[in-house]
Amino acid sequence: MTLSEFFSMNGYGFYVWSSFGMTALLMLGELMMVKQQSRTILQRLRRIIRLQTDGETQS
Amino acid sequence: MSINWFKYASPASFYPLAGKSIPWFLWTAVLLSAAGLYWGFFKTPHVLTDQKEYYRIIFVHVPAAWLAMWLYIVLVGWAVIGLIFNTRLSYMLAAAIAPTGAMFTFLSLWTGAFWGKTSWGTWWDWDPRMTSQLILLFLYIGYMALQSAIDDTRRADRASALLAIVGLVLVPIIFWSINCPDPNQCAALHQRSSLKTVEANILIAMLVMTLAFWSYSFGVIFMRLRNLILERERNSKWVKAYVEETS
Repeated sequence: MTLSEFFSMNGYGFYVWSSFGMTALLMLGELMMVKQQSRTILQRLRRIIRLQTDGETQS
Repeated sequence: MSINWFKYASPASFYPLAGKSIPWFLWTAVLLSAAGLYWGFFKTPHVLTDQKEYYRIIFVHVPAAWLAMWLYIVLVGWAVIGLIFNTRLSYMLAAAIAPTGAMFTFLSLWTGAFWGKTSWGTWWDWDPRMTSQLILLFLYIGYMALQSAIDDTRRADRASALLAIVGLVLVPIIFWSINCPDPNQCAALHQRSSLKTVEANILIAMLVMTLAFWSYSFGVIFMRLRNLILERERNSKWVKAYVEETS
């Protein structure tokens, strides 16, 4: 089996790769979104804590 | 040996435990996916009748559809535990499951459309199983929408838990929707199928992919759970200590 034969999937390549492609895209995309979310949350919490401790030292 | 399960019911002690397990789940998912895809693409050519290569869509279609149903059942399980014991972590788990469940539901419909186009000649039809799976997608979306529409977290948790429990009625409907009593009344495109009749190599690839999706789900759901824990417990001492530690 050659590489182009493999990708053509006997003429069904569009259907097979659209299915597998979307699955990979969504699963990887979800992972990256959740990872990004956790970065944003930690950054925000750090800012809040810094604001609170700054307020305490000033007063 | 006895384990104090209630210790892990507290977000503070579950947070690091979940964190440690995430890489294991995700790497297991990578390895299992690689094995499942290899088996599905290279160990099955001789078993596909008439070179119907589109049949390979089954290796993502069926696992996604299974996960969509199972994750909903697990979501409802945690919602029920939350309502009974009023434990914060159970509600957070339920909330963390929903987006992943919705994603797999969408994937089952998407891959099903591509399969349907090739084997039945149509992207979509109001076949009982497809229709009920579409409603499952709306249920997941409804659950998430209700959760985010109510500002008071406790009320949001309880209201969305109730919605999830009511929606559980859909799962047996999806499961038995292939057993259409009269083909003239409900033209079911999904046929009755049994795992016993599936060719062994196809079954292996399908089951390995299902395990991969499970492992992925554990990993990504725990990641989202940790985000939820940080957001909801942000005023607690341990979160403050943790945030300062990691900065």
